Amino acid sequence: MKAAVLVFPGSNREGDVAQAIELVTGRKPQMVWHGDGDFEKTDLIVVPGGFSYGDYLRCGAMAALSPVMAEVKKRAAQGVPVLAICNGFQIVTEAGLLPGTLMRNAHLKFVCSDVHLKVETSQSLFTNRYQAGQVIRVPVAHAEGNYFADQDTLKRLEDRGQIAFRYCAPDGTVDGTGNPNGSIRNIAGVFNETKTVMGLMPHPENAVEPMFGGSDGKALFEGLVEALT
Amino acid sequence: MSGNGVSVEKNPPVKLPNEPVITPQIVAEHGLSPEEYQRVLAIMGRTPTMVELGIFSAMWSEHCSYKSSKVWLKKLPTKAPWVIQGPGENAGVIDIGDGQAAIFKMESHNHPSYIEPYQGAATGVGGILRDVFTMGARPIANLNALRFGDPAHPKTRHLVSGVVAGIGGYGNCMGIPTVGGETNFHAAYNGNILVNAMTVGIAPTDRIFYAAAAGVGNPLVYVGSKTGRDGIHGATMASTEFSEDSEEKRPTVQVGDPFVEKLLLEACLELMATDVIVAIQDMGAAGLTSSSFEMAAKGGLGVIVELDKVPMRETGMNPYELMLSESQERMLIVLKPGTEEQARKIFEKWELDFAVIGHLTDTERMVLSWHGDIVGNIPIPPLVTEAPVYERPWTLTPLPAVLDAASVPVPKDWRASLLALMSCPDLASKSWIWHQYDHLIMGNTAIRPQDGDAALVRVNGGHKGLAMTSDCTPRYVQAHPETGGRQAVAEAWRNITAVGARPLAVTDNMNFGNPQKPEIMGQFAGAIMGMAEACKVLDFPVVSGNVSLYNETEGRPILPTPTIGAVGVIEDIAKAVGSRLTQAGLGIVLIGETQGWLGQSLYLREACGREEGAPPPVDLAVERRNGDFVRSQIALDRVEACHDLSDGGLLVALAEMAIAGGTGMEIAQPAGNVVPSHAFFYGEDQGRYVIASGSADDVIEAAHAAGVPAVLLGYSGGASLVVRDLLSLPLSDIKAAHEAWLPGYMSATE
Repeated sequence: MKAAVLVFPGSNREGDVAQAIELVTGRKPQMVWHGDGDFEKTDLIVVPGGFSYGDYLRCGAMAALSPVMAEVKKRAAQGVPVLAICNGFQIVTEAGLLPGTLMRNAHLKFVCSDVHLKVETSQSLFTNRYQAGQVIRVPVAHAEGNYFADQDTLKRLEDRGQIAFRYCAPDGTVDGTGNPNGSIRNIAGVFNETKTVMGLMPHPENAVEPMFGGSDGKALFEGLVEALT
Repeated sequence: MSGNGVSVEKNPPVKLPNEPVITPQIVAEHGLSPEEYQRVLAIMGRTPTMVELGIFSAMWSEHCSYKSSKVWLKKLPTKAPWVIQGPGENAGVIDIGDGQAAIFKMESHNHPSYIEPYQGAATGVGGILRDVFTMGARPIANLNALRFGDPAHPKTRHLVSGVVAGIGGYGNCMGIPTVGGETNFHAAYNGNILVNAMTVGIAPTDRIFYAAAAGVGNPLVYVGSKTGRDGIHGATMASTEFSEDSEEKRPTVQVGDPFVEKLLLEACLELMATDVIVAIQDMGAAGLTSSSFEMAAKGGLGVIVELDKVPMRETGMNPYELMLSESQERMLIVLKPGTEEQARKIFEKWELDFAVIGHLTDTERMVLSWHGDIVGNIPIPPLVTEAPVYERPWTLTPLPAVLDAASVPVPKDWRASLLALMSCPDLASKSWIWHQYDHLIMGNTAIRPQDGDAALVRVNGGHKGLAMTSDCTPRYVQAHPETGGRQAVAEAWRNITAVGARPLAVTDNMNFGNPQKPEIMGQFAGAIMGMAEACKVLDFPVVSGNVSLYNETEGRPILPTPTIGAVGVIEDIAKAVGSRLTQAGLGIVLIGETQGWLGQSLYLREACGREEGAPPPVDLAVERRNGDFVRSQIALDRVEACHDLSDGGLLVALAEMAIAGGTGMEIAQPAGNVVPSHAFFYGEDQGRYVIASGSADDVIEAAHAAGVPAVLLGYSGGASLVVRDLLSLPLSDIKAAHEAWLPGYMSATE
């Protein structure tokens, strides 16, 4: 699997995700600077976490208009898979690649903590190594991760199986206790209609080694390798 | 402009329009005493211009000159075979093997954080990060030591909220994990909070960058943010006491932009990977003044600064403002000649300002020009050699009488006493704070906050880990500064040891009151004496540090707080242990001797409402022997969890281990032990650890062979903390009490 990781001024988890990709593929991904509208052909595009352009307007709003994102939109339309994590999730929603928006956390504070996620489906490039209903533990680290979409959009997402992950309690119960940011219906990650674009707030790239936060996120990358190699 | 300094020396500077006449009042407003101003006149041989006066004021401020503390700081041991760079540079540098160096320092941002908590704390983090990456290191971790006033004080909640948000706002955006620290509350900090921030970075030992300028004619380059009017006289403000109107000093506080600092970090590291830098220095306290001055002074050279070429944020700025602004996210670099364009490309890629603003000369003078006119011309060596140094009078604090445990009441209700301690502001969980800090970014955090005595971070590209901690027990230092200084160093050493790492070096952040009072200077002197002794015996040199004096409001000083930041190394991170008790059936072993020292203990303060007695003595030879033993047992894989005993004593340590790992225990005071039970369980004797081991017999046998006191207290298991004949408490109750206080306090409306 050949992967490209975008780098915006202010990105800061691009190294973490590159490390996770290297761990499972044995190969360093291509790092693509925000001004480069033209980059090598890849099997996967990763939009990483961070504070693109300082997130000074609205998280992801400026990055969504960068030259590299114009190219990402084009390639996503051609079916190139896109994994968008944290600030990346904010960027792709701003770019219109995924529905909904990420608002300020309900408690108005930054939160860095392990959370539990319920895997909603194993029927995707991103989740094929998980079982539907499985509970995994990965960290979150954000101030604007409060997912919101209108009722019609939510119904459509749920009807079409476009919810990837929901926040839950360690035993899998989906209720307010496991929700770190107030996301509507505990939504932690969503797909586009073709399930080739996935955005999520949690950081699977920081859960790939047992000694460093557990390894529940590793299967996501292994699943991608299996599907895209 | 030419580098020919002879002619400019003879020409007195041009007076700028609206230049005021220097009056005694203007001198006083610049924080210079009449005697100090006489020295200025002697050095200059004429009346200084305003910008020159401003430069003397900043360079001779307590903050920049260490004039009250210098004579004492010299007493600290600073050398060891693994020390590459001791105090005097932007940060200390130690060799951690494999061609890698750890670069670290702790610095205070106390005064600004009280005036404007968010920006004060944020720029404190920004400043210490710059100190570390200026030297070529990529920062890998941040820590912070915070002291706030009485929780009941009307300003405390606002200060906690702002400081924590500021530290998080800056560090999170920079993408550096904030992995550890400490937070205390005490009424003595009501008018002066402490915000001490520490950064640890890693660099190859052969790629370390220093501030000493070299090469006459080499270009002086300004990079980073533009210069604005923020933070003017920050260093001078931080060198005086507060009064009632201290909040009017808000304009002296700098405003941070972590996004620009992130760009500056990446651009500097990119530039450092090339071969064009001669010297580099960040613009911290006293901005362009101290950075250009220090670079030239360290290189024995002169410098011409063309101030009109400095990138400016606003129009109408004058030389005085440009030289004294403390605008953040700026660096000064001396480049090799002819490399300007190569360097400029890197900074333009990162969309940062880049300007050649002068060059080095052989005149040993700082010459400032403004649109072709000379507006300042100061000889550099005398400003350093003639800088005031004070041997201020000092009176040592006498050792208070030792408190007899028999005079301290036994708890009427053991359960209530433990719950009260576990939920008191100093011991309650600080997860409300550290959950607001990204402590996981970079994917190298092996021991997270609250999971061990020290934070543990992997060094990229290997199995090595760096352990780091910050420690001080101000109530001990207040009671007896020598003992307190010794204890702060010993506790930091112990915390590094408790995770299995080898303690290497420390950075000290000395926070004290007004040094012009003999009793405050005596606290400083005493603390230094204790620290020096501990650093020497423990082979724990001081490699960097910072002094913050005048932490007083209306004559009321803070508790003397010499915060110790420490770093240690463990070769194989997989061997490290945390303090969480996660398995049943382990032997719980107490290492070290317990006499039952209740003087200055938290039990005495929280349960009995008394702050008195001598603090626990620190026997450094015993400290070293016990610590070396514990580390050896961890290396032998005999230890599953380890916790040092400090605030709150044995019972608090056991409760912390149990709730962190979700495993209870059943223990008892050993048969035949004659220490009164409340002194045994709540005493704060030093040099002690608790370990949980699957081979407790072997550990105890080895301990006795090494002459180390060790005794089996009981075994892990169950969901309660059970102390035979004294208490049985479900872990869920302890955890609830421990976790509830801070979030409850912060969400309460006054």
